[in-house]
Amino acid sequence: MRFAVAERDAVLAEAVGEVLAGRCGPELIRAGWPGGRVAQVDALWRTLAQVGMPAALVPEAADGLGLDETALAPLMETLGRAGPPVPAAETVAVGAPLLAAAGAPQLAAVLAGSSLVTVAWHAGAPVPFAARAALIVVRVGDGLRLYERGEVDTEPLASVDGSRGLARVSAPAGGGLLLAEGPEARAAVWRRGVLATAALLVGLGARMLDLAVAHVRERRQFGVPVGSFQAVKHALADVEVALRLARPAVLAAGWAQAAGDAEAPVRTSMAKVLASDAARLAARTALQCHGAIGYTTEHPLHLYAKRAWALAADWGGPAHHRERVARWLGLTAPAGHGNATDLSEGTPW
Amino acid sequence: MDLTWSPEEEEFRAQARAWLAAHVPREPLPSGDTRAGFAAHLAWERELFEGRWAVVSWPAEYGGRDASLWQWLIFEEEYYRAGAPSRVTQNGIFLLAPAVFEFGTPEQRRRILPRMAAARELWAQGWSEPDAGSDLAALRSRAARDAAAGGWRLTGQKTWTTRGAFCTHLFGLFRTGPRAERHRGLTYFLVPLDAPGVTVRGFERLDGDEGFAEVFLDDVFVPDADVLGGVGQGWSVAMATTGSERGLTLRSPGRYLQAARRLLELARNRPGGPGAHRDRVAESWMAAEAYRLFTLEQVTSIVEGRQVGAESSLAKLSWSELDIRLHETAMELLGPEAEADGPWSRGFLFSLAGPIYAGTNEIQRNIVAERLLGLPRR
Repeated sequence: MRFAVAERDAVLAEAVGEVLAGRCGPELIRAGWPGGRVAQVDALWRTLAQVGMPAALVPEAADGLGLDETALAPLMETLGRAGPPVPAAETVAVGAPLLAAAGAPQLAAVLAGSSLVTVAWHAGAPVPFAARAALIVVRVGDGLRLYERGEVDTEPLASVDGSRGLARVSAPAGGGLLLAEGPEARAAVWRRGVLATAALLVGLGARMLDLAVAHVRERRQFGVPVGSFQAVKHALADVEVALRLARPAVLAAGWAQAAGDAEAPVRTSMAKVLASDAARLAARTALQCHGAIGYTTEHPLHLYAKRAWALAADWGGPAHHRERVARWLGLTAPAGHGNATDLSEGTPW
Repeated sequence: MDLTWSPEEEEFRAQARAWLAAHVPREPLPSGDTRAGFAAHLAWERELFEGRWAVVSWPAEYGGRDASLWQWLIFEEEYYRAGAPSRVTQNGIFLLAPAVFEFGTPEQRRRILPRMAAARELWAQGWSEPDAGSDLAALRSRAARDAAAGGWRLTGQKTWTTRGAFCTHLFGLFRTGPRAERHRGLTYFLVPLDAPGVTVRGFERLDGDEGFAEVFLDDVFVPDADVLGGVGQGWSVAMATTGSERGLTLRSPGRYLQAARRLLELARNRPGGPGAHRDRVAESWMAAEAYRLFTLEQVTSIVEGRQVGAESSLAKLSWSELDIRLHETAMELLGPEAEADGPWSRGFLFSLAGPIYAGTNEIQRNIVAERLLGLPRR
């Protein structure tokens, strides 16, 4: 028994953290919003690729780092804390290992950081970064297929988090490269996406807590820092509790996936529930603790809060994953609630 | 990262499980917070000690097994899974003993620990006073020097003392300096409850059991040998062990995992299933499981020599809140049955004490905010 991030995983997360610390502040996130200088984001991603970011889960034989899902927790948490506007879960946890397994020629560009990957899992639903990603993994029937962006029709949508580059995607039937097929392979891919998103949420929550703590230490009302009031302290303490309890759940889910543990599905869903709830509590509490100062797009808090709201609902929202946990625990749904519905990676809303 | 147990740990688990299966009383004992129930619990405690399972983490010379923290967690999981009785010796074993190990003289360790482990001496905690609850440093009970007799004379009142009416001894903080010194003028004393001048009056807790007592001390003589950790050092002695293993292990995950298992059973077997309550049942299970994972992370930190301090406040907030949520969910599942006296309704009432004892959750949130987040004290 050893419940802590492994040395090799920590090394990668730290290297990524160092790149982000110097280059990924609010300005970089704003560069991903409409009208922003998106080239800055692309340049940052290429630098992250140099330290191995998209290569994390790619086997060494395919020029990757050969890490497993356990590495996703610290890596994605680090990324989430900085919040670069890229499809991180989709590219690192889903796209790169799938492309490697299928021997797709586009892998080289992904590892070099010049191509981003996004995933269109639910037909007709808005797909994050579909307006920008070079490659799109589309769920078609029983399989996952890889398309170049030029091969699909995209219909851009304005989004609450302007950096998400949403678009609806329609892929031509019969095209693309088959990456994975069958319910088990698909469910394993889905779980990696869920896990990476949960870890991003823990990072986002931690960043919002940091912002709130910094603010309430500085902001003075009634002649004292507002952070000296117990009402404020207790609200922020509750955020810390939620994040500190979510983090081990995410780490355990990563381990279960890597170990092929039979509990991997329930551990993954539990991680997503706890991380989504913790990040949303962090967003709401940080917003409240900032007062009107935070309720403006001039303050950077909204950049992280909007991302958290988007990711909490992405890859299955808390209700979807709570439902999966309930079923795994043998808690049957009330009549008419659809016990037979396939939730393996099903309707997330 | 490795969430599997070693063969040695699995062997330890199997041993504990087998012993518990053979020895745990088939019928639940009456509440250990009543006089009759306490006697039944004492018999159980002595059986545990005979089997060398009373204090697994202690050195063998004091009746333990030198168990690692991991083994201790495993034992607790098995203990609760087996439905074994609550530990009426808990306050001595988990609150006083760590301080005796750290601050006691060799003579004190020899004199106190074996009898505590064997449930021959039963210890109650004497911290709270009528005007000193969360503000423990405001306590007024005092100890006056009696140099001629080689000891101290204690006067004052302790209250909300768990099982005080059934215990044989009290460990507590008393003022040996001026009141203005607050936490600096306190000393940690060990007091036999049959000493002349001690009066104990039991009273009912929320659940109607006589589990509380107030302890009146009127010029009670305590020899120097019963000062723990030095005169004026009481606050440090009392606090030193709260942030470390003791703070972490006051309530082990095994207790809540078992409660969550019972809740699942209740929900699955309810006519019509969990119905509208299933989300809350799932949430309760996840909260118990999350606390287990958090504890595994904390124990890894301790085992690898990293500092664990105010994190014990996160643990306390976590288990106390989840215990209430879990029992509230059970009460809802029970519907009209919930108001009948029974294990769930008793567990529910007891869960409500969680955010109050061992430092209220308001104090814990202050600690998290000030020591982990760095918010200003005032």
